[in-house]
Amino acid sequence: MTVNGVTGVLLIPAFAAGLLAVLPGYRATARINVLATTLTLLCALSLFFGRPVPGPYLLVDDLNATFIVLTTFVGFTTSVFSATYIGHELAIGRLTPPFVRFYHAMYQVLMFALNLALVANNIGLMWVAIELATLTTVLMVGIYRTHEALEAAWKYFILGSVGIALALFGTILVYMAARPVVGEGLDAMVWSVLVKRAGAFDPALLDLAFIFLLLGYGTKVGLAPLHAWLPDAHAEGPTPISAVLSGLLLNVALYALLRFKMLLAANPAALAPGPLMVTLGLLSLVFAAFMLYRRRDIKRLFAYSSIEHMGIITFAFGMGGPLANFAGLLHMTMHSLTKSAIFFAVGHVAQVKGTQRIADMGGLTETHPLLGWGLILGVVAIAGLPPLGIFMSEFLVVSSTFARAPLLAIVLVFGLLVALGGLFLRLNSIAFGEPRGPTDKAHASYVPMFAHLTLVFVAGVYMPPALVAWFQNVAGLLG
Amino acid sequence: MSTIDFDVAHVLAGSLVLISFLELYQDRLYSLLNVYAAHALVLAASVAWQAFIQDAPHLYVTAMIALVFKAIIIPVALHRMIVKLGIHREIEKVVGVGLAMLAGIGLVALSMVVMLRVTQQAGRLAQEDLAFALSVVLLGLLMMVTRRNAVSQVVGFMSLENGLVLAATGAKGMPLVVEISVAFSILIAFIVIGIFLFRIRERFDTVDMQVIDSFRGEHR
Repeated sequence: MTVNGVTGVLLIPAFAAGLLAVLPGYRATARINVLATTLTLLCALSLFFGRPVPGPYLLVDDLNATFIVLTTFVGFTTSVFSATYIGHELAIGRLTPPFVRFYHAMYQVLMFALNLALVANNIGLMWVAIELATLTTVLMVGIYRTHEALEAAWKYFILGSVGIALALFGTILVYMAARPVVGEGLDAMVWSVLVKRAGAFDPALLDLAFIFLLLGYGTKVGLAPLHAWLPDAHAEGPTPISAVLSGLLLNVALYALLRFKMLLAANPAALAPGPLMVTLGLLSLVFAAFMLYRRRDIKRLFAYSSIEHMGIITFAFGMGGPLANFAGLLHMTMHSLTKSAIFFAVGHVAQVKGTQRIADMGGLTETHPLLGWGLILGVVAIAGLPPLGIFMSEFLVVSSTFARAPLLAIVLVFGLLVALGGLFLRLNSIAFGEPRGPTDKAHASYVPMFAHLTLVFVAGVYMPPALVAWFQNVAGLLG
Repeated sequence: MSTIDFDVAHVLAGSLVLISFLELYQDRLYSLLNVYAAHALVLAASVAWQAFIQDAPHLYVTAMIALVFKAIIIPVALHRMIVKLGIHREIEKVVGVGLAMLAGIGLVALSMVVMLRVTQQAGRLAQEDLAFALSVVLLGLLMMVTRRNAVSQVVGFMSLENGLVLAATGAKGMPLVVEISVAFSILIAFIVIGIFLFRIRERFDTVDMQVIDSFRGEHR
């Protein structure tokens, strides 16, 4: 096997996982974890300069290169945050050394699985990778072994497995549709072959396949009404995992869905996937926006916010067209960066306060100004206020929708405003007012959080033309 | 294709659906596991028959995995676990047997209507196979939602996976990658479940999901 960017993003996490599984000691392993994610990020960046020729198993094009860079970047910053966070968990005895070793190994396995799902050209391989990512996150969600953590992991496992099973059925149906045209064997599962010849596939089979894939991978995206696992899994696992779930795993599942959407778009007789995605997207947005009001757990609050934003992104891709796709891509990038930054802040806040109950925290800007203002900045960004990056992407989604389907745009804006209200209601009691709960000094790593927020801020104020051109190019690919 | 090829495949796939129905109304864990073992056994026979008529020797591997792993090792292991945990009593059901069976019949009818219409170009054998496979998948799902006990939910999930294997082998010439990965993922999934069951016991002294559900955080 030749060494290049693609094998790099797969082999480095795989090798690091093996190494971290056997090495003792917290300090060294946390550093190796960071080192491995750094190297993976460098390999991912090299994909901009040169890529291998697509084979029957692996493929890199402009679309997944964007996803890979985003994934490895957030994976890298989260590993930096995780080093401090897990150190604290170890110090207060919530985790024991064997569990930390297990956690680090699993972190790398997860990175491997996510990257594999992104570079897979074979739809069967892509399915295997997403299944692997699900199983590793199930194990990590249950790592604290409390009642709630086990229940959350079990629920996530059952719902995730059902989703993944439906997705496999859809994958088999795609093969069935391709077989008469492409012929038996490996080629009929290779995405780049399928998309070229999808025009001749049986449209009825393709439609049915997409329904299963939408339900299956849609469960992993967290679209309502298939979202039930998401808030529990986010709330009960270690916070770095909440950040990775929200920032990366949901995106990867959506990426799988997009690949199949492109397949359907190549067949004029097949059903248009857009309206289905638009409906699920809007439903998720409005539902999650209302759910924000009754949350009492801070991580659950932001988990619902993730459902809301995945709804917006799915909606944008469902609308399709160059502008909406551009907005969807931008929104996805901004959401990943912002949401993981928020979870970095929330993780430290929960550690200082010793609880995740919103009622037990307050006056954060007084007691922990850096954490408090970081959290405020993150929430302002995620609520879509100017001048931050999410404002721009939401503005693009709304304006492109107004031009094409004003009625849908009204629902969209309604959902956004409801969500804004819900977030600020909660933020107010966390950040301002009388300080509540312990006020010990926080042992926090601020760099990852503020690095993300700076990127989101810069993107809101000034987008480099090269980046705009790149996103436009990728949006064009999505059709 | 000769008629006998089709007939045998049809009988085996049909039996799988029938056994899924049998699973639906078992009210003891031991008998449920026995029925599941029969389910896996029929699956193994069905896959082996497909290997024979499609002249695809690699499918024999899948059949062997179904036979050894799903029909023998898993039921025995679960059996032991049940004895160890002391939970071989009646299974708590969410809905009654009658209602579950009616829902099951409805689901099978649905999958027949949908699959037979959609797969007309796929060939008669593949058409029947896919329709039966979807029925097995949906019945597995039904079982997962009508049971409260963690072990029977796992059994529901495994029979759902059996339906997927049936579909994958019915799709002629589907690359081996997928079959092995399916088998593999079941293995991994099972280990995960095993760990969970163990820990659930350790923490709650029950594997009844309703008790665990009372810890759920809807109110938070």
